[in-house]
Amino acid sequence: MKYTLKKLSSTIVTLIVVSLCVFLAFNVLPGDPAIRMLGLEASPELVAQTREKMGLNDPLLVRYFRWFVAFLQGDFGTSYTYSVPVSSLILSKIPITLTLGLLAFFFTVVISIPVGIATAKYENGILDRSITVINQVIMAIPPFFSGILITFIFGMILRLFTPGGFVSYTQDIKGFLRYLFFPSIAIAFPKIAMTVKMLRGNLIDEAGKDYARTAYSRGNNTNGVLYRHVLKNAMIPVITFLGMALADMVAGSIVIEQVFNIPGISRILLSSISNRDYPVVEAIIMGIAMIVIGVNFLVDIIYRIIDPRIDIDD
Amino acid sequence: MKNNRFKKLLKNPYVLIGGIIMGVILLMIIVGCFWMPYEPTKMSASEKLQGISLRHIMGTDNMGRDVFSRVMYGSRVTLMIAIGTIIIGAGVGTIIGSITGYFGGMIDEVTMRVIDALFAFPSILLALVIVSVFGVGWPQLVISLGIAFVPSFARIVRGEVLRCKNMDYIENARLQGVSDFRMIFLHILPNIKGVLASSILIGFNNAVLAEAGLSYLGVGSQPPYASLGRMLSDAQQYMFTRPSYVLCPGIVIVLMVLGFAFLGEGIKRWK
Amino acid sequence: MEIILDVTDLHIEFHDSDTPETAVEDFDLMLGAGEIVGIVGESGSGKSMSALAIAGLLNRHAIKKTGRIMFEGHDLLTCDRKTLRSFQGDEISIIFQEPMTSLNPVKRIGWQVEESLRIHHPEIKKNERKKMAIDMLLDVGLENANEVYYMYPHELSGGMRQRVMIAAAMIGNPQILIADEPTTALDVTVQAQIVELLKKLNREKGTSIIFISHDLSLVSQLCQRVIVMQKGNIVESGDTKTVFSRPRHSYTKKLIAAIPKIDLDN
Repeated sequence: MKYTLKKLSSTIVTLIVVSLCVFLAFNVLPGDPAIRMLGLEASPELVAQTREKMGLNDPLLVRYFRWFVAFLQGDFGTSYTYSVPVSSLILSKIPITLTLGLLAFFFTVVISIPVGIATAKYENGILDRSITVINQVIMAIPPFFSGILITFIFGMILRLFTPGGFVSYTQDIKGFLRYLFFPSIAIAFPKIAMTVKMLRGNLIDEAGKDYARTAYSRGNNTNGVLYRHVLKNAMIPVITFLGMALADMVAGSIVIEQVFNIPGISRILLSSISNRDYPVVEAIIMGIAMIVIGVNFLVDIIYRIIDPRIDIDD
Repeated sequence: MKNNRFKKLLKNPYVLIGGIIMGVILLMIIVGCFWMPYEPTKMSASEKLQGISLRHIMGTDNMGRDVFSRVMYGSRVTLMIAIGTIIIGAGVGTIIGSITGYFGGMIDEVTMRVIDALFAFPSILLALVIVSVFGVGWPQLVISLGIAFVPSFARIVRGEVLRCKNMDYIENARLQGVSDFRMIFLHILPNIKGVLASSILIGFNNAVLAEAGLSYLGVGSQPPYASLGRMLSDAQQYMFTRPSYVLCPGIVIVLMVLGFAFLGEGIKRWK
Repeated sequence: MEIILDVTDLHIEFHDSDTPETAVEDFDLMLGAGEIVGIVGESGSGKSMSALAIAGLLNRHAIKKTGRIMFEGHDLLTCDRKTLRSFQGDEISIIFQEPMTSLNPVKRIGWQVEESLRIHHPEIKKNERKKMAIDMLLDVGLENANEVYYMYPHELSGGMRQRVMIAAAMIGNPQILIADEPTTALDVTVQAQIVELLKKLNREKGTSIIFISHDLSLVSQLCQRVIVMQKGNIVESGDTKTVFSRPRHSYTKKLIAAIPKIDLDN
């Protein structure tokens, strides 16, 4: 309990630090928001009036606080470009990006853990050696390039899906998930390779430790030592890595959405960046930041459950 | 002794393969600085989307430009951006990491809190935030990627400094009254150069990947002077009509990343 | 005395490097029921290697073993893995030098103590197993056994962890307990307690013990018979009192001279 509270408080501190950075980046660094909204030709009186109306004359900390509270309440401000609330622009797109990231995470976990175990179990066998080489190559392929290759091979030659034929989750949830299958594989690819490499190394390290020998001395067979003793120890660092990988994959969705023509947050984020439509960019970045911070908190809690030593180490 | 260690390094298959790949790419980039088969921006209406031939060894693009010349130029842009990124990321990261690790206390506590928060944040997003504030273009890209790479270097260096700080020879130097500044830069940092070298190579590998991703999104170097990632995003729609136009720049990116990864892995295993 | 373990002509060779390295040569050992035999020698003398071979823990491909280790009609060097495993933890148990690292850090003590029972006697019910584990923990001198059962290794001291290791090794009531330098990593007072505990278990449960140590004074306190090893060979063996009072080999003499003072009458 004490541990959970401690982690919770540090999560809140991190959230404040990050939100402060985002606030400063988008509300202070780029110059006067009132001028940005009205244009450079606006009369000084109008600017002053707007500044007053927007509360820009208040102290920075007050402005930050007001912004943060509004954000938590779901008020992300108004888009400069489209003059509509930001939430109406992004809310319907978030489930798409999130599903894509979560699907990629799911494939990473489901594929990398068995493969990692198999390579470690048959260390230096043919399977292990070939997977080690394949891993190195996969890690070197940028996800968007593997996305292009997948589109070409599976979409255009094998015709397993129609590139550009995205179906919205509101119309057909099955078709939606089917379309997201290949993009999520493209995102997951390098993460699978990294996880396999890491898990394999950890398993081999742990299997050489004294407690594994003790386990053998009690009459365990190789599988008993592996699954009942070594695996849990080897998974501890992998869980931290997977937590960060999940955040990375949600971010990686932005690139892959472009490759596969998926109408997630990517397109609006990129057009808002080139139009300097800060409220939109800010809301998306803050949203992803909150996901990242939330996932890290979850990882800490899971850590506590599987690693009893955490009390003294921390 | 030193010679021996060097020989052992060259015998390492990772270093060997990585070295050969990087050698070929560097050769291509260096030759490209003085001579290219065609002007990379020269269009030709009669030679659009040509296949691989003796005249155009990687074919031509949708505007009739020679893909090989563009790849030569694009690799240079990609490598330059990666070098800039690493100079900023490793430089600032090393300074922050060594100072916070060496002095500890409150500065360390606060800095590391911020660094940790940034570290958990996907670097591609961090770079997008910075690009959206400073605008689109390659100098902005270098700065944003550089800043995005600071946290990982700061963490690595800090960890190493903490490890070295309490070693006997550092204690000895401290007793002899060596100043803090000399201590960090002349006694501690030279000791962690091995770790730093492999981190820098792996950093290059990540920088090339990140640059390619961001340029693909269109926030990096702007046409007509395209980097490899930008070329791929232009080429994507011609995948079916002219695969070589997509595959050539793509494979060059993969090789570049692979080269850095192999060199980094080799140095990590060297010791 | 009934002989329960008969090791003859044990050879152990490492094939990790280009030239094979001999770790143990011509090792012979006969262990009677209820007997405590000591193996002494400095590090690298091959005493731990012999112990690991008897416990069936030298299974790497790079190790070549010849000779015979006869136990219950099976040669442990050549029998199939399944037969070997059926003895491990049930009839032949081992405890190690490093109690700090020999227990799994992420598993509860009770789970680890019960493991041999779970593997060899799955017919025992969960409650029964728990009761046996707690009794065993009490037997090795852990008075708060009910709490220790739910603890993790990092919450215990080195001496307590070694007691837990002993409890886990003894829970199947094995015929042979191999103790590979069990006290080396512990404080002197704790060392004496562990030796006392081994003596008590030997007396009460009739377990034969192979006690490996470089500490001659502990061996003289505990063992009836002693084997002295140097560089992989047995240089001297026999009744503890005889060996210590009239050592024949110069190496044994040197080892004895290195002990501050032994009280043989005790």
